[in-house]
Amino acid sequence: MRFKTVTSPHILQDASVGQVMRRVLYAMLPGIAALTWFFGWGILINLVLATTMALLAETALLAVRGKPIVLHLGDSSAVVTAWLLAVALPPLAPWWLTVIGVLSAIVVAKHLYGGLGYNPFNPAMVGYVVLLISFPREMSTWLIPHGVDQQHALTLLETLRVMFHDEWPARFTVDALTGATPLDVLRTRLGLGLTVTEIRNSPVFGIVAGQGWEWAALGFLLGGLWLVYTHAADWRIPVGMLSGLAVISSVFYLLDPLRYAPPWFHLWSGAAIFGAFFIATDPVTASTTPRGRLIYGAGIGILVYIIRGFGGYPDGVAFSVLLMNIAAPTIDLYTQPRVFGARRG
Amino acid sequence: MNALKALFPFHGGLKTVRHKAESNQQPIQPSALPRRLTVPLRQHIGAIAKPLVQPGDPVLKGQMIGQADGYISAAIHAPTSGVVVAVESRPIPHPSGLPDLCVVIDSDGEDCWIDREPVDYRHRHPSELRNILRNAGVVGLGGAGFPSAVKLNLSGSDDLETLILNGAECEPWITCDDRLMRERAAGIVAGLRVMAHLLKPLDVLIGIEEDKPEAIAAMTEACAGTGYEVRPIPTRYPSGSVKQLVKLLTGKETPVEGLPVDVGVQCFNVATAYTVHRAIDHGEPVISRIVTVTGHVRRPGNIEALLGTSFAELVEQCGGYQEGVERLIMGGPMMGFALHSDEIPVTKAANCILAASAAELAPELPVMPCIRCGACVEACPADLLPQQLYWHARAREFDKAQAHHLLSCIECGCCSYVCPSHIPLVQYYRYAKNEIWAQEKEKQKAELARQRHQARLERLEREKQERETKLRQKAPAKTPLTPDPTGSNIP
Repeated sequence: MRFKTVTSPHILQDASVGQVMRRVLYAMLPGIAALTWFFGWGILINLVLATTMALLAETALLAVRGKPIVLHLGDSSAVVTAWLLAVALPPLAPWWLTVIGVLSAIVVAKHLYGGLGYNPFNPAMVGYVVLLISFPREMSTWLIPHGVDQQHALTLLETLRVMFHDEWPARFTVDALTGATPLDVLRTRLGLGLTVTEIRNSPVFGIVAGQGWEWAALGFLLGGLWLVYTHAADWRIPVGMLSGLAVISSVFYLLDPLRYAPPWFHLWSGAAIFGAFFIATDPVTASTTPRGRLIYGAGIGILVYIIRGFGGYPDGVAFSVLLMNIAAPTIDLYTQPRVFGARRG
Repeated sequence: MNALKALFPFHGGLKTVRHKAESNQQPIQPSALPRRLTVPLRQHIGAIAKPLVQPGDPVLKGQMIGQADGYISAAIHAPTSGVVVAVESRPIPHPSGLPDLCVVIDSDGEDCWIDREPVDYRHRHPSELRNILRNAGVVGLGGAGFPSAVKLNLSGSDDLETLILNGAECEPWITCDDRLMRERAAGIVAGLRVMAHLLKPLDVLIGIEEDKPEAIAAMTEACAGTGYEVRPIPTRYPSGSVKQLVKLLTGKETPVEGLPVDVGVQCFNVATAYTVHRAIDHGEPVISRIVTVTGHVRRPGNIEALLGTSFAELVEQCGGYQEGVERLIMGGPMMGFALHSDEIPVTKAANCILAASAAELAPELPVMPCIRCGACVEACPADLLPQQLYWHARAREFDKAQAHHLLSCIECGCCSYVCPSHIPLVQYYRYAKNEIWAQEKEKQKAELARQRHQARLERLEREKQERETKLRQKAPAKTPLTPDPTGSNIP
């Protein structure tokens, strides 16, 4: 009898890229639920719009590049990019903002660099930064969270009108609905010479950090912990990033608690938790050695603080991730593990 | 059940499927006497044995038909009595699929032994004992087939600290060592005694994965009063890989490019110890081995097969194939290689025949790009960065692959097993290693050519000067010049 010859191993674990990517999507659900609860329909509309655009762009680019379309759509990586970006967008973002962001992410940052596995920069963060630099006004128009003022909730139809036709319901003014993010408030008022304690009396702040935001952070933390538990994300990156942020924010807080927000506020604010578990952990663009991942994460955490505290933007996760993306290959080179049997030291 | 914790765990490794129960429930069966045996003369690492017989020669069971050629080599024997019908190249079980020199014997059905001479090892000189083992064809039966006599010689180095017997059998499906330990523990320990006599170790440890409680019990009983210690180890592939087992049992790491003996440890397979016992205490050379025949066959089990028996006959003895066998694997599913035919003889390295159907095999999944997730890093027992090795091997950057310690890769397959992109990583590493070795050879050849060229230039220069001196001396006589008698190009 004659048989096929194939090289070993002849058995494989039941794992796939699609499985890893879909775990990321499931893990985002609690955070998305919290965001939707506080910010309304806009969050879900952003997600649907971004997903649709991402799938269309992915299909088109795969076709142009002559890649098997069904196989690569099945890896769900485009959907992950779309969700990461959509969650970071303002809840009432005009539709074209999402479209431009997704196209920058999928077409430019992903496929022009060689597609899945070859892109040096986190596609979702490239999309986000393109929008942040090009459309600063739209990107900083955030809804006041539901929890702040119960009467100011838009219906689904009203939300769609705002996002697709820029028609604001007559019963509200734009200013009544939208406001700066908590990190933005902190930043501007510190600039006005107020102390952290004074600023935190503002109704945009909740128990630990931003009203509403802090619950979303909790949701992303739960999902993120599950992601780490299932090994879909390496624990070293979030641990590195959150430790980096905690250490540097503690140092400044201890130096001057009036001018610098406490570490727990920083850890719980903005995109810190979400970034640590969902964005920095993108394996393609992160460092890939065990020690390197701790350093890579810590680098992001420190940069986030520097940008928040001393830079021109209220939050800095996207820029920090992109900056550390550039550093990842070098970190990998210098953090190779000791090989079995190699001399110690 | 509380999982056993290793005292000195190695990094990485896997919990794989086991599939041991299919073949380890029945006792070892003796093999039916085949009509024809095809005995390869190379069943070990090192030089091929020199054939001692010609077509037409009658042979007895256990008669040497191939002589060890050089220090790293081993003898080959007739597995049964009969007549040599051919000494020629035949297909052998090797990943390359290339044929090799074999002695083909037609059995006479008598199975008539040579005179067997047991020896009392306590009264023989170590070198004499090693010679007996070499001439009995004793080689590592764990799969590598390294001549044991070489490993049992420590002349020049310090005393051995630890002698390890490897009964881990960590590959899924394989149970030949399990059955051997259950049924012939006393024989294994008798062989171990000879090995300990030669190596004089301070400790003797026997490592067995904890999923073989019967084997552990049998070996513990057989070791009673000997001072040899049976150590159950966690069931974690690849605990049976030499360097990993040494680490598990002693905490010592074998140096990169080194051998366990460099850290005072020597390691043998349990089946090897058994053949040492047969060779010394019974005067029987290695003419058979236990082979697990499992997977998609009707009656999986272990057979004590004569070397040279075709795989097809062993499968027949196990009731034949079931429907749907796609791959025939020699060895386990993690490191074994797929054979293109079953008309291939059993050798000393053949521990398992796995007839695999779609049910046993991983489906052939499309390869996706590497997403650098690092699952392979977590799984690698050699502490390598498989994703970086893959990247460099694929880009043919062999120098960088080497800088990432490619040559420390033991090809255990853990990285491929866990890869969510289904990249055949090990295949890339084998390719890169072959390229590196080929380049090394080229370099050596080029260096040799350069040296020879240099030597030739120097010789020509010297000869020219000698001629000129002679000429000057003889100039007044005006004799005609004789042509240079050494005018070849070979220095």
